[in-house]
Amino acid sequence: MNELSLNILDIVENSISAGASIIEIEIYEDTVSDILKINIIDNGCGIPKDKIKHVLDPFYTSRKTRRVGLGLPLIKQVANDCGGDIKIESEKGHTCVSIWMKYSHIDRPPIGNITDTIITILVSNNNIDLIYKHYYNDKNFSFSTIDLKKVLGEQVPLNIPIVIEFIKKEINEGLANLYGGVRKL
Amino acid sequence: MIKSLQELEEIRKKALEDLEFRKQNGEGIRIVVGMATCGIAAGARPVMLKFVEEVQKRNLQNVTVVQTGCIGMCKLEPIVEVYEPNKEKVTYVKMTPEKAARVVAEHIVNGKPVNEYTIGVEENQ
Repeated sequence: MNELSLNILDIVENSISAGASIIEIEIYEDTVSDILKINIIDNGCGIPKDKIKHVLDPFYTSRKTRRVGLGLPLIKQVANDCGGDIKIESEKGHTCVSIWMKYSHIDRPPIGNITDTIITILVSNNNIDLIYKHYYNDKNFSFSTIDLKKVLGEQVPLNIPIVIEFIKKEINEGLANLYGGVRKL
Repeated sequence: MIKSLQELEEIRKKALEDLEFRKQNGEGIRIVVGMATCGIAAGARPVMLKFVEEVQKRNLQNVTVVQTGCIGMCKLEPIVEVYEPNKEKVTYVKMTPEKAARVVAEHIVNGKPVNEYTIGVEENQ
């Protein structure tokens, strides 16, 4: 995967498989302390205690079709290569995956197209709520499907074209403002 | 975030009309995109978004794009399955956004599956 937004999508897919109804994505870009941090928090079924130490092992999977699972080991590798690491805390109803790395590290992949990641999640998961918070030094931008549903009403699904188009615009504009009017990914 | 309440009110109205139309049209075509680690790494995200874009552009009311986990043939990802009512499932492999556009035009709109992209053809090569 050549952009972090794809890793984020991959981790969120885990949350969805875990039956989460609320998923939070937090991205902290701190160029002053030179740290990039990503948190993905969900209210899914959690990872059992005896499994949690295995999920970062590339030769371990809970799946029965094949003997390896690579999602979390892949991002761990990226974080380690860029002077950072990954931490997973999990209990029933709350899982938090934290990834951090050196912001200016030469091997750090770009954050990439986060809008596409969010749209991809929302298009086929109408029953989850997504909260996205993005911090760039002292500025921040947030988007929440909970707020959006309050205005649109419960009958309107978020995964229909007209709503998707609106969300896309909303996030792209928010990100442009966050980076001071220049899209810098 | 939310800036223009008027704009959202417009969207809400249109969305409800759209929903009513879908209900009347009954069961439609389902486009299922594999979205596990293997799929994402192979490029499933742009493929999925291309399907969404094409369906929207052509205003295809009876088509839904959804996702699934690992289909089990990671080397052939991105994999896309098309389910039509009363027809056999068609599995497309090694998809790209360009191929997706052609599948929408020829298969979804005109009812002719794009044979050269299907799993049968790929496996026999």
